[in-house]
Amino acid sequence: MNRWLPFEWITAVRFLREGRLQTLFIVSGIAIGVGVIVFMSAMLAGLEANFIKRVLTSQPQIQLQPPDQIARPLRSGPGEIEDAIIQRPSQRIISIDQWPKIREHLLAMPEVRAVSPTIAGSALAVRGDASRSVSISGVEPASYFQIVRIPEYIVAGEPRLTSEDILIGTELAKDLGATVGDKLNIRAASGPTRVLTVTGLFDLGNKGANQRNTYIALRTAQSLLGMIGGVTTIDVTIADIFAAETFARQIQASNVVQADSWITTNAQFFTAVQAQKTSNTLIRLFVGLSVAFGIAAVLIVSVIQRSKDIGILRAMGTSRGQILRVFLLQGGLLGFVGSLFGSAAGAGALVYWHSVLRQADGSEFFPLILEQRLFVATAVLATLTGLLAAMAPALRAANLDPVAAIRG
Amino acid sequence: MADEVLRLEKVCKMYNVGLPSQTEVLHDIDLVLRHGEFLALMGPSGSGKSTLLNIVGLLDRPTSGRILIKGRDVGTMGDAEITHLRGHTIGFVFQQHLLISAFTALENVMMPMLADRGFPGPAIAARAQDLMARVGLEKFAGNLAMNMSGGQQQRVAVARALAMNPDLVRADEPTGNLDTKSADGVFELMRQVNREGGTSFLVVTHNMDLARRCDRIIEVVDGRIRPGSGAAA
Repeated sequence: MNRWLPFEWITAVRFLREGRLQTLFIVSGIAIGVGVIVFMSAMLAGLEANFIKRVLTSQPQIQLQPPDQIARPLRSGPGEIEDAIIQRPSQRIISIDQWPKIREHLLAMPEVRAVSPTIAGSALAVRGDASRSVSISGVEPASYFQIVRIPEYIVAGEPRLTSEDILIGTELAKDLGATVGDKLNIRAASGPTRVLTVTGLFDLGNKGANQRNTYIALRTAQSLLGMIGGVTTIDVTIADIFAAETFARQIQASNVVQADSWITTNAQFFTAVQAQKTSNTLIRLFVGLSVAFGIAAVLIVSVIQRSKDIGILRAMGTSRGQILRVFLLQGGLLGFVGSLFGSAAGAGALVYWHSVLRQADGSEFFPLILEQRLFVATAVLATLTGLLAAMAPALRAANLDPVAAIRG
Repeated sequence: MADEVLRLEKVCKMYNVGLPSQTEVLHDIDLVLRHGEFLALMGPSGSGKSTLLNIVGLLDRPTSGRILIKGRDVGTMGDAEITHLRGHTIGFVFQQHLLISAFTALENVMMPMLADRGFPGPAIAARAQDLMARVGLEKFAGNLAMNMSGGQQQRVAVARALAMNPDLVRADEPTGNLDTKSADGVFELMRQVNREGGTSFLVVTHNMDLARRCDRIIEVVDGRIRPGSGAAA
């Protein structure tokens, strides 16, 4: 006996060791449950991280735009509307009112990571006989590339944007037969034309976006779209991506802008993420419950099998509290040891699955994320589950009448 | 009173109190056991010997009457206090040896001390080894119960009963499942412990030859101590 181990620990471990087969089966059961939890949690975390990375590196978390232009009803007096039908006016492209002040205000907020004013409009990209309608975004590269990671998507050339440069998607480049260094005529809908040099080709992973999106310098876009000094949107990135909607509502309340977060603009995606999380939580809950019931069942049987031992221990002066702790420890130990094997099995399965499962282009299906905290949390939760599951058997053991227990 | 280890005064035990099946198992038992006495408790099956022994061992409480252990009335004690008193004052030997199968013979002897002190220090191991030597089983210290004979297991049980140096050992038919030679050996061992250490023994037995070697014989018949048997204080 190890002199540093207490009575309860020694007795609990001996009882578990003596019932080897029983212990082996329940530890295996717990390990399978924990393995499923670890595998699912890590895989879903990887898938979610992948989705979020794809969505949030190709679009801003929060976008501020001028508020909708509305028609004011004709009133004959206070509260009296003259005309019953109010037609929605066409939405002209207008600048955000006092946008530099709004930008300064946003940059002063601690949760804001980056702010980038942009101007967006439509134009025609012409090269030789080919022309395509495109959406142009005028950006300040230094701030915009912190929000939308265009440099990460560049597949040819470089992400340079001087006043004479343009970045285009790979599909548009194919359609126009253009490549890096070629010149394009960009004709705005309102008439002005600029000749810009293709400095880079990007692939956003979306054919439509690669056909339509183009990026040019903010000042170039302002002159092309006839809005000198104006911006149509302000893109914002904050620290907590899931707080984007709340933050957007705060900005909208304190400024004359319309603020849309990625959560509302990608409502379907966000719902899918939430559904994944909910299903994962439910699966964890039910697996945890089945593990708990398994531990409780095994320990109840153990209490019945060991009733004579419990009676002898009580007769020789072992307190009810000590007996209670012996059985609680058994539950905790089963949970902990099961979680170790389960974590190893879950991680092993995930590594294997990650190496086998590939997308059509050969890239990984999901990033392999094995966070230390997942394993620590799993071990702690499994141990607590074991302790809780052992509560009923432990109470039963502690309350056994020694006379009846010895008699068997 | 000073040399009394145990005193029972008007102890009664009833089961199913208040129900139609109410049964009185013990009636007005008066019993005194002095320091160093070796008592045999005899009687037919169902006479109440085991119930009396459970009450003496503080495993069960009487319905009425008083129990004094070394002059202390246990009637007002709570469960924790009784458990502590039982662990320090009374040793137990059962008919079916009842060693804990998960532990070796030596560890079984260590268990009462381990439960009391919490950790298995070297003093506990040394005392257990001494006791194993005293019962002549030092070579079997590392054996599990299942690898020992009935007589050897009962000797280990006696060593375990002595671990906390109790004032009283209550033994419930300790030789009942043993052959004559082993029974004689175990009984002699208890008698020797009694003579050398002064530990009092209350032993239930059906063996008249062994009973005659005790200091006194008490006969329990129908839940009463038979008048004339040696129970008088």
